[in-house]
Amino acid sequence: MSNALRAMTGFGIIGILLIGVGMFQSWNVALAIFNLCLISGVMALGVNIQWGYAGLFNVGIMGFAAVGGVAAMLTSQPIIYSAWQAGGTGILVSLVMVLILAAAMIFLSRKMRAGWAKNIVMVALAVGGYITIRNVFDPAVLAIESDNPAKSGYLGGLGLPILFSWLIGGVFAAGVAWIIGKIALGLRSDYLAIATLGISEILIAMMKNEDWLTRGVKNVTGLERPVPYELSLQESPRFISWVEWFNSSSLSGLSDDARAERLRQLVVEGSSIFVKLCYSGLFLSVLLIVLALCVLALASPWGRMVRAIRDNEISAAAMGKNVTRRHLQIFVLGSAVVGIAGAMLTTLDGQFTPSTYQPLRYTFLIWVMVIVGGSGNNLGSVLGAFIIWFVWIEAEPAGNWLMENGTAWLGDDSGLRAHLVDSAQHMRLMILGLVMLLVMRYSPGGILPERTRQN
Amino acid sequence: MYLEAENLIGGYGGADILKGCSLGVEKGEIAVIVGPNGAGKSTAMKAMLGMLDIREGSVVLNGEDITRLSPQDRIAKGVAFVPQTANVFTGMSVEENLEMGAFLRTDDFTGTMEEIYTLFPILKEKRRQMAGELSGGQRQQVAVGRALMTQPSVLMLDEPTAGVSPIVMDELFDRILEIRETGVAILMVEQNARQALNIADRGYVLVTGENRFTDTGEALLADPEVRKSFLGG
Amino acid sequence: MIDFLNAFVLFSNFVLVPGIAYGAQLALGALGITLLYSILRFANFAHGDLMAFGTMAVILFTWLFQSWGISFGPLPTALLALPFGIAITAILVLLTDRFVYRHYREIKAVPIRMVMASVGVMFLMNGLVRFIIGPNDQNFMDGERFIIKARAFKNATGLNEGLALKSSQALTIIVAIILVSALFWFLNRTRTGKSMRAFSDNEDLALLSGISPQKVVTVTWIIAAALATVAGVLYGLDKSFKPFTYFQLLLPMFAAAIVGGVGHPVGAILGGFVVAFSEVTVTYAYKKLFTYLLPADYAPEGLLQLLSTDYKFAVSFIILVVVLLVRPTGLLKGKVI
Repeated sequence: MSNALRAMTGFGIIGILLIGVGMFQSWNVALAIFNLCLISGVMALGVNIQWGYAGLFNVGIMGFAAVGGVAAMLTSQPIIYSAWQAGGTGILVSLVMVLILAAAMIFLSRKMRAGWAKNIVMVALAVGGYITIRNVFDPAVLAIESDNPAKSGYLGGLGLPILFSWLIGGVFAAGVAWIIGKIALGLRSDYLAIATLGISEILIAMMKNEDWLTRGVKNVTGLERPVPYELSLQESPRFISWVEWFNSSSLSGLSDDARAERLRQLVVEGSSIFVKLCYSGLFLSVLLIVLALCVLALASPWGRMVRAIRDNEISAAAMGKNVTRRHLQIFVLGSAVVGIAGAMLTTLDGQFTPSTYQPLRYTFLIWVMVIVGGSGNNLGSVLGAFIIWFVWIEAEPAGNWLMENGTAWLGDDSGLRAHLVDSAQHMRLMILGLVMLLVMRYSPGGILPERTRQN
Repeated sequence: MYLEAENLIGGYGGADILKGCSLGVEKGEIAVIVGPNGAGKSTAMKAMLGMLDIREGSVVLNGEDITRLSPQDRIAKGVAFVPQTANVFTGMSVEENLEMGAFLRTDDFTGTMEEIYTLFPILKEKRRQMAGELSGGQRQQVAVGRALMTQPSVLMLDEPTAGVSPIVMDELFDRILEIRETGVAILMVEQNARQALNIADRGYVLVTGENRFTDTGEALLADPEVRKSFLGG
Repeated sequence: MIDFLNAFVLFSNFVLVPGIAYGAQLALGALGITLLYSILRFANFAHGDLMAFGTMAVILFTWLFQSWGISFGPLPTALLALPFGIAITAILVLLTDRFVYRHYREIKAVPIRMVMASVGVMFLMNGLVRFIIGPNDQNFMDGERFIIKARAFKNATGLNEGLALKSSQALTIIVAIILVSALFWFLNRTRTGKSMRAFSDNEDLALLSGISPQKVVTVTWIIAAALATVAGVLYGLDKSFKPFTYFQLLLPMFAAAIVGGVGHPVGAILGGFVVAFSEVTVTYAYKKLFTYLLPADYAPEGLLQLLSTDYKFAVSFIILVVVLLVRPTGLLKGKVI
């Protein structure tokens, strides 16, 4: 089958499955899955930029997605003036001090000659600077965190519309990626993997513990929405009349009471579907824009150079291409896309909860999407994201059902059966790990392999 | 001949590098392969060792067809090879290098090791030192010593004198002559064509994967055409 | 003087002894990573979960033995179960090698593909462990808990501070010393061990010397499995067993291997202690220590903790970053196993 045909079949099957879910489970569930498919698609595109274009292995996708999530929260939450009054100055001063310290260390490390003197000065500077900064920082943090801790206890955000955060999330993630890339690129290829694994764990730890910035495990709920709220829709006469019109045939034969009751149900259901559809529209436009940019970039002279570097670093370097620089660029771009997706995800959730960031869900799952879909192929990554997300969601009930029924012969009081049923959720991990390994080995191109370049 | 390759055609999977070249060496003899860059000298030697795909032709060792054998199997049959670069275990001592050379042997190899120390006395002195810390010439000695540990009947050397000083080169050639005296068949690829042909019993001039001239070393040195094209006049 | 002694005992109790034990545990894990790196030439991301799997196998055997009424006197039953756990773990890694990694070796895939495959294996093992034993904490320490109890120490010495030596800590140190000596003896004195070093040093030349790559790889996996299992069991006895914690050990272990110089066994041990001591000293609250050491007027007010314990993984990461920036080859130079 040609790639185009495969792509159409693939998306067609997913479409039919989603419609099936809509008809047999509920349209709300179908749309919820679809929205996360779209976000996963964006995330997979980001990873595909890094892996497919440059062979960079990022094991810290979770961290970059979380950075996007923080951005969404920080952009949209209102400014909390009392907290700023309490400790804002201290935070800003320590921030400036960090910058000065970093500048001083970079300056000295360039100026001083290598040797014991330099090492001692550097260590002394780092330790001394750290202690000094902590002395300014700690009281400020304490002041902020004790400012109305039950409700806020953090600095709040910028009070901007949350849609801005999608861009800001990308910029934040790009910044983190730039630092990591500067350190780990140009060394052995697995160092980047190790470094990204590390930074993602640390970013999550910071989000859980730096309460003054993120409220930590107390979470920030009730983020502003870019789309209408269900409740206001349910009260809007115009929306009600829409629903009435849309369902006029099914409402027609009913008595007045039954009709009002039915209409109320339809309005409640319709409002939540309407909200999800609004999200779908937003996410779909982001996905299409990113996808279009990716496709264009890959076909441009820049894309050709990037692929040339991936296929043979040594000869590309010999032809005067700065491989490390190009890798850094790609790493930053890919991470920015992941950051955007992370911000979108937090926007959809309407809350920022650091403890929900699990490497399995945010790093591994995305990798499976890219590998299954077709590494190096943009559309393939998106297709992979759709398929794997659908399977991931629907596998849980299916797995539970299978375990329940598959172990029925063991009898109800069997300890083994209870254990197996309990553990069914971990089967997903094993099965996806297996899928990843099998696809990597037997079909390394994935469902939509990258077009080979004889032309 | 003791080791004989006939009409080898093949390469590293892409275009053919060898286009029908024939080489051979007798026991107690030195055969030298010379030729311009890219003539396929090293490739021909690697083909005899089984390190690349041969589409056509055959390699026969002591009357036995070994064309389809893996390098490991050929080594077990008494062929030893000294690569041009990375030919010692740099992080291991000289003695351990020699031990690794004897890896396939199950008998007591201390006698062989003594013989090698007699051949290269400097190695005995430095036997506890890391091979990576030795000079270029000493490393080549370790490399040759490692290859000799299997008590091979054929010794293949890929440019053993590349990158060493002329004095060291002469010294190394002397040792190779000594090894010949023990009845080993020696096949060698050389850049320093003139000096190599000087000690060669048999010389092959390869050009673009084919034999151009084949004769004794002496005769090749005397051949005006060889001198003009390959020995710089 | 008494204050000084008290301070020293305090420091030993909370930093020195735990640091040594933790360092030894990390060192064993990092040794496995470094060995695999030098023979198979990829960073094994599945190592933390390999440790978890090995420990789980040992725990299951321990429970089995306990149910049979077998115990090991004052020592933990887990020690008896250790050989069986190692055997199961070795079988598992050999299976993953056969069905996953061997393929990539044969097609001579770039190392990053192997790394990626190891991430796949990591999730497979992670799922397997959670599936079999569940994601929760398991405590499987039995036998004597302490060699020296804090109270007994206080009574015997009359000091304010007590020094406790947990048997798991002593056991860690003893087992680690035995295991590391055995490993070095094996690598430097035996034919197989030397062939492993040769293979790591120069693969092509090793092949030319008739060294069988499959055998070297097999032996390496078995050693790595044994080291990982022992490291995991010691860590579990010392603290407790939880699959996610073991996954998180990956970062300190990588840091340890890289600090010492990847492919360098001595470096891995050194790195293990560097990482462990940095982690313990940076997250320790020095308030009490300085209260003893300084005159009463200067007694510190804050906790004097450089970094909260939640950030202990940041320590390994910072070490890693500093090494990558300053000296990417690690403290010890030269790639030798």
